[in-house]
Amino acid sequence: MLTASEAAPALTASASAQPVIQLEDVSVRYRVPRQRIPSFKEYMIRWLRREVEYNEFWALKGINLEVRQGEAFGVIGPNGAGKSTLLKVVARVLRPISGRVRVRGRVAPLLELGAGFDFELTGRENVYLNGAILGYSRQAISERFERIVDFAGVREFVDAPLRTYSSGMVVRLGFSVATDVRPEVLIVDEVLQVGDAEFGRKSAARIEAFRTAGTTILMVSHNLTAVTKMCARAAWIEHGAVREIGPAGDVVRQYQAGAG
Amino acid sequence: MTTELPLVEYDSAARRSSPLAELVELFRYRDLVQMMVTNIIKTRYKRSALGVVWTLLNPLLNMAVLTVAFSSLFSSTLVHYPVYVLTGLIFWNFFTQTTMYAMNTLVWGGGLLKRVYIPRTIFAVSSVGNGLVNLGLSMIPLILIMLVLGHPLHGTWWMMPVAVLLLATFALGVSLFMSTLAVFFTDVVDIYQVFTQALFFLTPIMYPKNILPANLVWLLNLNPLYNLLEVFREPIYLGAIPGNHTLAAAVFSAMAALVIGWWAFTRKADEFAYRL
Repeated sequence: MLTASEAAPALTASASAQPVIQLEDVSVRYRVPRQRIPSFKEYMIRWLRREVEYNEFWALKGINLEVRQGEAFGVIGPNGAGKSTLLKVVARVLRPISGRVRVRGRVAPLLELGAGFDFELTGRENVYLNGAILGYSRQAISERFERIVDFAGVREFVDAPLRTYSSGMVVRLGFSVATDVRPEVLIVDEVLQVGDAEFGRKSAARIEAFRTAGTTILMVSHNLTAVTKMCARAAWIEHGAVREIGPAGDVVRQYQAGAG
Repeated sequence: MTTELPLVEYDSAARRSSPLAELVELFRYRDLVQMMVTNIIKTRYKRSALGVVWTLLNPLLNMAVLTVAFSSLFSSTLVHYPVYVLTGLIFWNFFTQTTMYAMNTLVWGGGLLKRVYIPRTIFAVSSVGNGLVNLGLSMIPLILIMLVLGHPLHGTWWMMPVAVLLLATFALGVSLFMSTLAVFFTDVVDIYQVFTQALFFLTPIMYPKNILPANLVWLLNLNPLYNLLEVFREPIYLGAIPGNHTLAAAVFSAMAALVIGWWAFTRKADEFAYRL
């Protein structure tokens, strides 16, 4: 079995390229009180009696991996293996219980498109709000506003409340805001299917352009063909630990053999 | 030309003291704070017909009720009772609305924290921002009442920014502390509501402090809101600059609340995404 240190070098990224995503011995534990204790009063009583017990669930156990600049890295594994938790740790949403996560550069998480959208506000206001949530200044959004709206194809509706948009339009707008600037790191959960076929092509082309320009991509997918095609390397994750890591083709083959 | 985007680096193990790191992050996201405050006000305008009028009307109605009930009782000690009570109510509304709003936005709107990274203090800070806008608006009916009753507009109004700053600091500290608790226990919001109701009667808002026996007045100092209220009300109502002891106590309450609240909140903030 290959471990992280003896993993084969990436197909595309040169070994000298700078590591952009580094996970060292990263663990994430969810602690759920064994009895649901919703009230402060009850908690204090139980705590005084030393009766607070937890069910522990390790979503990630000692994960080590490194993704170098410009590399596309796939994460595969069965449901509940910890793939989404891994992405959240890299996206800074969850801080690991132990271990170290390092990410260099701006991260565009395509996990939740349009996070924080307020459906009572207009499309325009939501572009600003969502942009600010992703860490842009107001000025930076203003400069990019026209391009964002055009790419999403919502120009006629930009001053209408978001609740009047179709769900496709909402997702398109979210994608356009998140990807207007080429990020250093792109986090993708499942192969993107944004909006209709035409926008699907447009968004895939944009991601491809990012990749060519040197964006590091971390993607989780159940589509093994897509992982083999898009990614140089991949990791097979199961029960919160890395089972295999190496060239995408090899890992996918082992996964298929192992998962039967 | 387009603005250069700042270079971002994330290291989960970088152990800068987290209270300080949060401050830096909040500054980086300052435009988001401003947008959140504007959006709260915008959506309130859109959803209700009365909109901002309600913000102006609410303390006035409360004032009217309390005036009818108590003004003759306290008329010997308090001239222009409506001015006295309205000033107190504006102070009180700011405090309770801000803290309650901060707790509720974190508990109900905090799902966002499970989906994307933003500085966690942003909910409490925008809640204070929203409260400040409302406070500013409610100064309009106050000044109108003062003009109608012929209560002098004292030169000591210049103290207002100081008083409001202290009050806002205190409210931010309490907001942060209470919302930390509220994330972990759902009944905290209810307990807090009952608690503030009791505190309302323990704070001399609708009665003068001299209705207490003289040897017990010092007990009011145990209520951190008391000195803050004095700093807020004396310049408006009496045209006096509060004494050094009152000022010092108010500054102490505000700073202590902020330090404790900020510390407790940032210490626990990394767990929020696991709990919300």
